[in-house]
Amino acid sequence: MQHKVIDAQDVVIRFAGDSGDGMQLTGTLFADASALYGNEISTFPDYPAEIRAPQGTVSGVSGFQVHVGSVEVNTPGDLCDVLVAMNPAALKANAKWAKATATIIVDADAFDEKGLEKAGFKTDDPIRELQIEDRNIILAPITSLTKESLKDSGLDNKAIVRSKNMFTLGMCYFMFNRPMEYTFEYLERKFRKKPQLIETNKKVLKDGFNYASNIHAIANTYTIKPAQQEKGLYRNINGNQATAWGLLAAAEKSGRPLFCGSYPITPATAILEELAIHKELGAKTLQCEDEIAGICTSIGAAYAGAFAVTTTSGPGLSLKSEALGLAMITELPLVIVDVQRSGPSTGIPTKTEQTDLNQALYGRNGECPIMVMAAHSPSHCFDAAFYAGKFAMEHMMPVILLTEGFLGNGSEPWRIPSMKDYPAIVPPIITECEGAYKPYVRDEVRFARKWALPGTPGLEHRVGGLEKSPEGVISSDPLNHEMMVAARAEKVARAANFIPELKVIGEESGETLLVGWGGTFGHLYSAVKELQGAGKSVSLAHFDYINPLPKNTAEVFSKFKNILVCELNSGQFANYLRALHPQFEYKQCNKVQGQPFMVKDILDAVNEL
Amino acid sequence: MKYTAQDFKSNQEVRWCPGCGDHAVLASLQRALPEVSEALGYNKERYVFVSGIGCSSRLPYYMNTYGFHSIHGRATAISTGMKVANPNLTIWQATGDGDALAIGGNHFIHAIRRNIDINIVLFNNQIYGLTKGQYSPTSKLGMVTKTSPYGTVEHPFNPGSLVLGARGTFFARSLDSELKLNQEILLASAKHDGTSVTEMLVNCMIFNDGAHATLSDREHRADRTIVLRHGEPMIYGKNRDKGLILDGMKIKSVTIGENGITEKDLLVHDAHDPNIGIHSMLVDMKYPELPVALGVIRDVADKTYDDNVRDQVIDVQEHSPIHSMDELLRSGATWEVK
Repeated sequence: MQHKVIDAQDVVIRFAGDSGDGMQLTGTLFADASALYGNEISTFPDYPAEIRAPQGTVSGVSGFQVHVGSVEVNTPGDLCDVLVAMNPAALKANAKWAKATATIIVDADAFDEKGLEKAGFKTDDPIRELQIEDRNIILAPITSLTKESLKDSGLDNKAIVRSKNMFTLGMCYFMFNRPMEYTFEYLERKFRKKPQLIETNKKVLKDGFNYASNIHAIANTYTIKPAQQEKGLYRNINGNQATAWGLLAAAEKSGRPLFCGSYPITPATAILEELAIHKELGAKTLQCEDEIAGICTSIGAAYAGAFAVTTTSGPGLSLKSEALGLAMITELPLVIVDVQRSGPSTGIPTKTEQTDLNQALYGRNGECPIMVMAAHSPSHCFDAAFYAGKFAMEHMMPVILLTEGFLGNGSEPWRIPSMKDYPAIVPPIITECEGAYKPYVRDEVRFARKWALPGTPGLEHRVGGLEKSPEGVISSDPLNHEMMVAARAEKVARAANFIPELKVIGEESGETLLVGWGGTFGHLYSAVKELQGAGKSVSLAHFDYINPLPKNTAEVFSKFKNILVCELNSGQFANYLRALHPQFEYKQCNKVQGQPFMVKDILDAVNEL
Repeated sequence: MKYTAQDFKSNQEVRWCPGCGDHAVLASLQRALPEVSEALGYNKERYVFVSGIGCSSRLPYYMNTYGFHSIHGRATAISTGMKVANPNLTIWQATGDGDALAIGGNHFIHAIRRNIDINIVLFNNQIYGLTKGQYSPTSKLGMVTKTSPYGTVEHPFNPGSLVLGARGTFFARSLDSELKLNQEILLASAKHDGTSVTEMLVNCMIFNDGAHATLSDREHRADRTIVLRHGEPMIYGKNRDKGLILDGMKIKSVTIGENGITEKDLLVHDAHDPNIGIHSMLVDMKYPELPVALGVIRDVADKTYDDNVRDQVIDVQEHSPIHSMDELLRSGATWEVK
């Protein structure tokens, strides 16, 4: 077979195996090595809810897709150029994601009678059964080669078999001409206390690399040159880490120590885990007894003067609803991060969706408007969290930040910012006043009340969930209530004076405007670029601020013949826009499959208009 | 700074029913705080009164201090966050039997388990008052209420047993009308580092009048209750002639002078014993078999959660090479694009 070195602009690789096969790690290491090499990357972990689902079954397959490019990469890619399948179930579950021209690497050792049966194949020829005979399929005896590689290592059989993902990674490093140094460094860090494992893992990695270079079955290897990136220092970051860091950044800028009360929930837990690490920056985290305590400890901390945050996912936000109303009526600063997942109820907890928008906007008793923001990429979670903190503290109100499992788990290279480039955060803390302190007296610009911290002499006051007069006295006076309801709504509305205008990507007027919010940005952007390249009159307006909307929203919409609202739900944002700007007609492109859009979904929707 | 009870009274009109036991607890707090402030060197602005929902949860409005009247059951969680965020605050929490033990039961036991330094005053009237008379988790078995017209069929919680079960470090009990004892207990609660729970047996004139009458009745109080004080023998009775001894594995009431019993045979109260054995028996004593225990039953020193959190932060800060966001952003695996 003729060996070709392809100079590729971008390549999509999908690693798939049993949920215990270490595919998330393999994919992450490949992505990190590529990012450090200077490629653009975007990753998409796609894993089941079970930690170790029944071995060898389709339901237990865990996947990790990474898109690597020397050009701009905005999505993890629709279909893959290379699929790695560690067992028959992984092949069965993932063959549909492989391009017609894809190379498929499988662990031949796993394709025995038992393996095929567990995966539900009816014949002993899974390739034919899946109708993928025309793909370049490489049957590599990965398990036995790993055993052979480590037979003198002194490791037990279980530990040896567990190393097979490193063999696979080595093969991929050959195929894609990746440097191995970064992974060596990772192994040295990870196994600092078990030096034996550093050597064994390195050996298997190198043996996998050498095996791939020797077999000649790999027709194509790829070079993906470093991307032309803006000068600067870069790191790879996922959305949950970026969210945690953005919150820490807001704490530092405001001088208010960070407090996070939270309860573990997929896929938001990593934010709590990340914050728990950073005690060096004064962050206090409290893993609570439940979701309600998560938000309530944070409300208590906010009253005491902390920059308080709570992190959760859909069902957790439901549990926090009543307390969110308390944060709103007591007008305390609080950031609530909802890493959205597939619902309703427990739904498909490890899969992504944008189905909590209605809950974020409306899910409370009484008239309880709350500022709602959304992050649009893994690294943008940093800025989104920072500004959520700025709005919460400067405007004295809770702010909901919506991210998504797709963003939280996905990663991309990020040009490291400098904190001096971020604005100051100046909470309206009051230290003394003439006469008695009146907790609900507002400033004229933001309509925010003052923040009087317990411990300050002379500012003793009471807040609570009962309606109050501006002086802070309990009041059930009808007109006072109506005035207070309006004042709290006005405060949220006035945030619009402080948010950036809605930008249009592409021409500012034309045939079709794609409208999106949150984590669909990469796919919408790629689709718009492709359509524009094909000469179509298509632009994109992507919303980071949802309540309130940017002030120029209607003006932007008015310049287009079609408005196509694309979102991973049945039309929640479209309906919201219909309520606020009913003068326009909104067409919809929706997907509720627990999966992100594919660029193709958007292209099809536009072409069908 | 010297304070008087007057300094702790807010200008808000107290809206509890006339004769409600809550009035007496409020007065006890307002009288205890000047003493607490003097003993511990506290200024008024460090006190925060936190509450949930229910009659007793209105208390923060009547205190001229910082206050937070929150939502049903969640006061303990709110107090917890407040104390962890600012350990220099002294948190008092007013809560009822429904608020703390029904809807807020989870937060209650976990605060105790963590030993957060907060002072919980549990107003136990064995009824839901603000919703007008439904049974609570402490209502006696068989009690007839609006939601149990044929009598309840569920066993009540004993709050003290719950506290000890969660390895609580402080538990005290008193009667609303015992102002002097209340002040003594509230001072001990303030001095205790960790979660203090004081169960106040309060009377609800409207929906559960006389719930504690057997104990509070002036004529018989001394014979039906025993006030425990650390280091003192367990003596009670109008004539101070009754006492408690350990008979095998059980506590038994005896009369001094009968069957050769002298004061030396009596149990001596050790509130500081970490072992919950005797404390469990003491909190569980019921009239008429035994007198009901009042006073500080358990007061054990242990490290608090808020101190542990603070110490951990200081320790990590001392040893970490990272001191700012810019340093964090540049830490770990990075690469330069030139």
